[in-house]
Amino acid sequence: MSSDSSYYVPESSKLPIFMAFGLLLFVLGAGSTINDLGKESSNSYILLMTSFAVIWGVMFVWFSNVINENNKGMYSDQLNQSFVWGMAWFIFSEVMFFFAFFLALGYVRMFSVPWLGGEGEKAITNILWPAFEATWPVMVTPDNETFPGAEKNMNMPGITKLHTWLPFWNTLCLVTSSGTIALAEAALKKGKRAAFKSWMVVTISLGFIFVFLQGLEYYEAYAHMGLTLGAGIYGTTFFLLTGFHGFHVCLGAIILTIMTIRGFGGAFSEHDHFGLAAGSWYWHFVDVVWILLVLVVYVF
Amino acid sequence: MSAVIEGHHDDHHHGPAKGITRWLYTTNHKDIGSLYLWFSFIMLFIGGAMAMVIRAELFEPGSQIVSPEFYNQMVTNHGLIMVFGVIMPAFVGLANWLIPMQIGAPDMALPRLNNLSFWILPAAFGVLLATFFMEGGAPNFGWTFYAPLSTEYAPPTVTYFIFAVHIMGASSIMGSINVITTILNMRAPGMTLMKMPLFVWSWLITAYLLIAVMPVLAGAVTMMLMDIHFGTSFFKAGGGGDPVLFQHIFWFFGHPEVYIMILPAFGIVSHIIETFSRKPIFGYDSMVYAIASIALLSFVVWAHHMFTVGMPIAGELFFMYSTMLIAIPTGVKVFNWLSTMFKGSLTFETPMLFAIAFVALFTIGGLSGLMLAIAPADFQYHDTYFVVAHFHYVLVPGALFSIIAAVYYWLPKWTGYMYDEFMGKTHFWLSFVSVNLTFFPMHFVGLAGMPRRIPDYAMQFADYNMIVSVGAFLFGLSQLLFLYVVLKAIIYGKKATGQVWEGAKGLEWTLDSPPAYHTFETPPNLEAGEAKG
Amino acid sequence: MTPGVNAIAQEIFGLHMTIFWICVVIGALVLGFMVFLIIKYRKKEGVDPADFDDNPKLELTWTILFAVILVGMAIPATTTMIKAYDDEEGDINILITGHQWKWQYEYMEDEVSFFSNLLTSLDARNNIAPKTENYLLEVDEPLVIPVNKRVRFLITANDVIHSWWVPDFAVKQDAIPGFINTAWTYVDEPGVYRGQCTELCGVYHGYMPIVVKAVSDSEYKDFIQGKRDLKAQQALLTEKLWETDELFAIGEEVYLKNCVACHQVNGAGIPPVFPALAGSEIVMNDKGRQVEILMEGVQGAAMQSYAEQLTEVEIAAVITYTRKAWGNDAGGDGEIVVPKEILDYKNNKL
Ligand code: HEA
Ligand code: HEA
Ligand code: HEC
Ligand code: CUA
Ligand SMILES: [Cu+2]
Repeated sequence: MSSDSSYYVPESSKLPIFMAFGLLLFVLGAGSTINDLGKESSNSYILLMTSFAVIWGVMFVWFSNVINENNKGMYSDQLNQSFVWGMAWFIFSEVMFFFAFFLALGYVRMFSVPWLGGEGEKAITNILWPAFEATWPVMVTPDNETFPGAEKNMNMPGITKLHTWLPFWNTLCLVTSSGTIALAEAALKKGKRAAFKSWMVVTISLGFIFVFLQGLEYYEAYAHMGLTLGAGIYGTTFFLLTGFHGFHVCLGAIILTIMTIRGFGGAFSEHDHFGLAAGSWYWHFVDVVWILLVLVVYVF
Repeated sequence: MSAVIEGHHDDHHHGPAKGITRWLYTTNHKDIGSLYLWFSFIMLFIGGAMAMVIRAELFEPGSQIVSPEFYNQMVTNHGLIMVFGVIMPAFVGLANWLIPMQIGAPDMALPRLNNLSFWILPAAFGVLLATFFMEGGAPNFGWTFYAPLSTEYAPPTVTYFIFAVHIMGASSIMGSINVITTILNMRAPGMTLMKMPLFVWSWLITAYLLIAVMPVLAGAVTMMLMDIHFGTSFFKAGGGGDPVLFQHIFWFFGHPEVYIMILPAFGIVSHIIETFSRKPIFGYDSMVYAIASIALLSFVVWAHHMFTVGMPIAGELFFMYSTMLIAIPTGVKVFNWLSTMFKGSLTFETPMLFAIAFVALFTIGGLSGLMLAIAPADFQYHDTYFVVAHFHYVLVPGALFSIIAAVYYWLPKWTGYMYDEFMGKTHFWLSFVSVNLTFFPMHFVGLAGMPRRIPDYAMQFADYNMIVSVGAFLFGLSQLLFLYVVLKAIIYGKKATGQVWEGAKGLEWTLDSPPAYHTFETPPNLEAGEAKG
Repeated sequence: MTPGVNAIAQEIFGLHMTIFWICVVIGALVLGFMVFLIIKYRKKEGVDPADFDDNPKLELTWTILFAVILVGMAIPATTTMIKAYDDEEGDINILITGHQWKWQYEYMEDEVSFFSNLLTSLDARNNIAPKTENYLLEVDEPLVIPVNKRVRFLITANDVIHSWWVPDFAVKQDAIPGFINTAWTYVDEPGVYRGQCTELCGVYHGYMPIVVKAVSDSEYKDFIQGKRDLKAQQALLTEKLWETDELFAIGEEVYLKNCVACHQVNGAGIPPVFPALAGSEIVMNDKGRQVEILMEGVQGAAMQSYAEQLTEVEIAAVITYTRKAWGNDAGGDGEIVVPKEILDYKNNKL
């Protein structure tokens, strides 16, 4: 908890400039790696890996510094409030990132696919694609040679077969884990550290099970269902939405793992556990996105 | 935990570090503000030099100095640099300098993040400019980078462009989080929201806009990346996607983006007009509501850039009406500025001249915007120089003039030195005349039917284009004078007083000029006083 | 702005003028008032500024006033919009396809199709030859439409987005690959109407003009008949025995018209985007592949299929030309391609 009432402004810091340098390497590394995809020999991935090393390294030092400063009591209540706002608006920006992809899905489902298939106000477009019929999911694409549609889709198979449907188990994992992390936080606030730790472990395990199941689903999609990134707009939106979500689950799980390790190391008190709280908000956010996603990607 | 920490109280009170590391490692909002402003100034010269190439090519019909391919690269990078490298960083720089001083905070809320937000920008623009020297040449698909020209048909450097946009977006988002947090959390006691200076208000709302739309832009470029390299079909009809989807996503970002480039200007101009009218701002409350309504409306007007893509008629009408509505809050602002001047005691120092020119010329740009909003008429205006005239009127004598005005207005505060008033006024008059010479005739060539983004044009557009080019060269040269005035003030300027301007109100004027390296380490208490901006 | 040549264009012009004058008046009032303020309230010694800072009634008044003006503008705009968007079938339906960087016109009822290229010479563009009146606004084959008929355009694109604009008709519609937009016109005055592509579509976006010739009904019928006869004639030409020189001469013409934009007059291209043909391995030694490239285009590159744009003779000729010109025949196998081969290629595919 804070002991100092003045607002702590570090005099200077080397961290940001190193981070910016890491990002510069990242842009160059990612750009050249991707441009060199398919080339026989290319070393650009080394640049990309270096940039990750720099970025993760700086992050590690940065967060350690913040934790140390907090432990030394350099942070006032006001400063802690700044972290709260900062995290809240960061999550909002993530919401807007997902919004772009939901917008894309909504648009293709409401407009472009029907139009291409000869429905709605621009039905005339269909004379370019006479063979195409609008259905969702799009299993046969307008130009099915270039974008061979999937053989099977991921939609919900009906209530009775729910248990055979991976996303059902995924949803169960994620929703439960949102509950368990709340329990962990509540336990911490009451000072029950043992309960806190166990709930955290449960949460993380659920998170990783989710990631595993998602991986399994992707494997199924590629190996047995012909559902790939190149499988037209259905594959495109399916993988991009679930993929970015899965990526955020991974991030969230890593954050929570770190928090748990810190928890085992004795960090966090009943009143001062912002790192954990932030991680938990992030986790709830990931959960909410998932529920929306299940509805629009898998169910309807 | 109550351990007292050694050290940190001692390093609190000395001035800045020496040498280059001061700038690399700084966490001080004033330093970072200066970095942003200088960065933006340099980019203005780079982006402006590109505009000069454009104008030289268009000086006469026929191929003049560059190839069509290079011309497209010039237009694209001119647009990108001016928008993302000049106007936005300049406003962030002003926010850094002014917000803490105007709300009585010791610094920005998250100082290290602040430094990071800045240093990302040179990296991003460094990469963008480096693409000129890479295989395939720089991006050439316009600053709006419509798919599929920017995906399947783009030069390979588009990949670098995409990642540069990503980190640029990260910079803006972090910057905005900082601004919001600072404003919500660090106001001096007694400064309620409705007592905040208008510049702070305008930035609060701008920051919300940024956080809401920059991630959407990131999403758009990510989809491009996937379409180019990983076989997805967001923007390919063959797979069931739609090139027009790109435009919807882009403009969902893009339209709020143009207001991001004008709202802080509204804030600045309000302060300057108030000061030199020696009269409180007219209709403070309605000014705040107007900014907020412009921001809200900006989310539902995006497709006015797409009247010709063949939207269903319901869409055309909806976006026409919603766009027209924006004239109301904007008109309220214009009339409030005029009413502030009404019965005031006006003097015309350089900042005031630029602010008045802002109001006058922005109104012209706004009215042409309103004409563009009329969907059936836009069939004739769209993608002609009439649009180019519109947006340069709101961006150059709009956003850019407000930034220049702000620099003249606060430069004595920042540096402690007064600029040369005569040279400042000369700069103003040269800029004012040449800016109109440059952009006014564009309305005529546009209405006569000259499309934009073309390196060569039909004979009937020749005369006006020559006038435009001459105006542009003059305007460019006038900006060299600006550089001279600023440098001269810093090097040879007269000492400025703390108050600087007779009519200026607000916390920043209670400080010395230049203010100490750290200000308001203990917040001023405003419970009694009035801090309205 | 041009008043246009038909009812809808004139209506849009009228709308434009109305809005324009409203804006001018508002602008003049605002600027005039401002000048008045600047003159009247300059600082004078001994005169204190007033200190009022709001006036809710006044503010409400002008807010309402703005709303009223806007409603006044929205009403005519809406009626015009609805008329412009009328989407009924036309007497004549023309499919317009934008290509990098030319337009293709297909008369859907008559199965006639042709391409329309920029006519202005490179010399004029490079300031070597003088510029004529219609500099950059002239094409080899204009679109021909009859007067007094409802003509509907179905607009699409083959590669990137283009936009088909003829100011006199007040028609500007984006040509979007994979989708069709519609627009229509009804011209009552015969004449030549010019426009340009108005959506950035790559390097030569500035060089894809549109020319529409509105003619009387009988002239229109002749035009269609002429196009059909031409098609039949060309089919015959593939049977003829061709001399290399003959092909080379035709090929040179075709090349200068269709290929120089990218591959340049001297065949050097603009690497790395547009490869050189002079000294190209394919052009010198791989006849089969070259035919394939011309017929199919290259996926994902600006090199498109010429199978539809050029006749068999022209394709054979231009290939022959490239294989002989710029020293290619010395460096390569020097084989030529005759129209029959192209026809065979086409037939094999069917
Ligand atoms: C700072 C940036 C800025 C600002 C503030 C604006 C403000 C406005 N813009 Fe503009 N716009 C751009 C930047 C900006 N724009 C850019 C960059 C483009 C081109 C992008 C590209 O394609 O590259 C563009 C393009 C653009 C288009 C698309 C044109 C086309 O491509 O076909 C349209 C169409 O509706 C439009 C409309 C408007 C309107 C209605 C406003 C309104 O906000 C204006 C409101 C102001 C007033 C109306 C004047 C003051 C009011 C009064 C004095 C009150 C009385 C008036 C009445 C009641 C009428 N703009
Ligand atoms: C804030 C944004 C901003 C600003 C400030 C400007 C400033 C200028 N712009 Fe630009 N412009 C855009 C934003 C901006 N522009 C955008 C978004 C586009 C659309 C891009 C697209 O279509 O994708 C555009 C497009 C655009 C075009 C249309 C190109 C086309 O469609 O083909 C033109 C043409 O004249 C133009 C001209 C100018 C000129 C002359 C200036 C001048 O005001 C610049 C003045 C500044 C300087 C000149 C720099 C300072 C001085 C020097 C460098 C010294 C050297 C000087 C000399 C040698 C004389 N701009
Ligand atoms: C719009 C620009 C454009 C036009 C016009 C154009 N080409 Fe090309 N051409 C290209 C591009 C781009 C490539 C490279 C394709 C690739 O391999 O990626 C190419 C490749 C070729 C090649 C293969 C060369 C090699 O070595 O790989 C030949 C042969 C060719 N074009 C012939 C022609 C002929 C003949 C014409 C005119 C009838 C023509 N092109 C018109 C853009 C164009
Ligand atoms: Cu075709 Cu521009
Ligand atoms: Cu807009």
